[in-house]
Amino acid sequence: MTASAGSLNELSAAELRDRVAKGDVNPRRAVDAAFDRADAVGARKDGLNILLYEDRGDAHRQAAGIATQRDSGESGPLAGVPVIVKDNIATTTLPTSCGSRILEGYVSPFDATAVRCLREAGAVIIAKSNMDEFAMGSSTENSAFGPAKNPLAPTRVPGGSSGGSAAAVASGIVRIALGSETGGSVRQPAAFCGVVGVKPTYGRVSRYGLVAFASSLDQIGVFGRSVDDAALGLHTIAGLDPLDSTSAAEPVARYRDAARGSLTGVVIGRPREYFPDDLDPRIREKCDASLDALKSLGAEIRDVSLPHTDLAIQVYYIVAPAEASSNLARFDGVRYGLRMDGNGLRGMYEATRSTGFGPEVTRRILLGTYVLSAGYYDAYYRKAQQVRALIARDFADVFRSGVHLLFTPTTPTAAFELGAKSDPYEMYLSDIFTCTANLAGVPAISLPIGRVDGLPVGGQFIASHFDERQMFAAAYALERRLGAGAHQ
Amino acid sequence: MAVTLDDVRHIAALARLGLSEDRAASLVAELNTILEHMDVLSKIDTTGIEPVAGIGAAGLPLRPDVGPPIPLARERDAFAPSMRDGFFLVPRLSTHEDPEATS
Repeated sequence: MTASAGSLNELSAAELRDRVAKGDVNPRRAVDAAFDRADAVGARKDGLNILLYEDRGDAHRQAAGIATQRDSGESGPLAGVPVIVKDNIATTTLPTSCGSRILEGYVSPFDATAVRCLREAGAVIIAKSNMDEFAMGSSTENSAFGPAKNPLAPTRVPGGSSGGSAAAVASGIVRIALGSETGGSVRQPAAFCGVVGVKPTYGRVSRYGLVAFASSLDQIGVFGRSVDDAALGLHTIAGLDPLDSTSAAEPVARYRDAARGSLTGVVIGRPREYFPDDLDPRIREKCDASLDALKSLGAEIRDVSLPHTDLAIQVYYIVAPAEASSNLARFDGVRYGLRMDGNGLRGMYEATRSTGFGPEVTRRILLGTYVLSAGYYDAYYRKAQQVRALIARDFADVFRSGVHLLFTPTTPTAAFELGAKSDPYEMYLSDIFTCTANLAGVPAISLPIGRVDGLPVGGQFIASHFDERQMFAAAYALERRLGAGAHQ
Repeated sequence: MAVTLDDVRHIAALARLGLSEDRAASLVAELNTILEHMDVLSKIDTTGIEPVAGIGAAGLPLRPDVGPPIPLARERDAFAPSMRDGFFLVPRLSTHEDPEATS
């Protein structure tokens, strides 16, 4: 049996893998279909600007290796499935520049563990995606290589910081892409682009090879065109890794099995702080319709409170820049990346960093340095870490009370126009419903629940630590129940 | 707590960031706008609350200190700005005398 390039792009990741394994589809054709789709949607610099680096020849070599394995009777769980990786996740075959001039053209000498897992599963890494510089942003407008655009509405942002990966999945180039989360950088662009985005529990996926932004918050996440694509992708990269001491030895469930899960007896909390009076009534309506659907599927909906939610943005924008100011000290022109001449060693540091970092990264490094500096540490950083403990306690209390999952809007608005948010703090508020999960380390998933003015709206399930299976069960059930309504 | 131009110059020096005078001045306003929003935290009673030290439930286990280093797909001089004899080369510290100049 043969399949046209167009129909290959419509197959789920699992369906494509099965056809490759059976010999119905040559992995090279799947790779070509992805590149052809990238051509058709204008994914490059002069179009949507969602892809930064690609190497068709290397992708063909990877595909040939998968075909050889298949011929010898071996096909991994992602055999022949093209995957796109965010530009801050290390790959040996494509540059890893973090959307920054300071790492422009840098090619890592090692693969991130998540990338190694993908390769071992038979996935073909075809491209690196555009992102806000060092993942600092919520619109992908902070990329040193120009803003990415939302494929559903090209005058609008795709969200960020993993906007390129979200847009690549939304435009049908791939079914699975990797992103990274520090405060919502997978779920927010997933919501803006109408795809599924998963932020796993802190420790679920190795951070080895993920260029560090804020180490106590960072986690690699997965985009899928469907819940099933995301479940397959996360299962592939999850698990303990000796190369990341913060990765957890928790068993990894087969998330795709959650497709058969029932919601009978599942208690879903509706936290009132995520439905403020000034929430866009059309987004509230979509969320309420989803909650009604969940109820009709057997779930019990319970009103709950997470009282410290309204402090999360303030805590996040102290903790994350503080950690970033330390992590980004390594970009100094000595070992890799850009080097600019200056007066002596110190002059070289200053010239390199001021030339290589863009305005938002500079602002956050300075903010982080300030909140950690003598005289301000207790008032800002220590205080923020104390309030962070209260935010984490809110989640622990609500899950301890018998609530299995929380359901909330992913974002307070749909995708906004390019250039619409010039005030940094206004941009920071885009993360208001997502950064809490990062601060508490709990897993969350965003999936499309409808459209407002033709723009996608995301709904979010948040689960307790390492309970991704429950989260996927609810997401599968809601996706099935909403059907085409999720995109209307 | 408002940030001054001197504060911005001080933290830029700590962070090894060279800033033009114009940029330093605009950063004073930008940082103060952001920090104004943070002041709400000072009103929260955190008496007896231990700051979060790590988010993982199981601490930070160390892997066995065995085995060879992770093999690299390319040599360091493929990505280092400047290398010689296996060492990264950096500009001379300005506080050190140049031996060639004094010899």
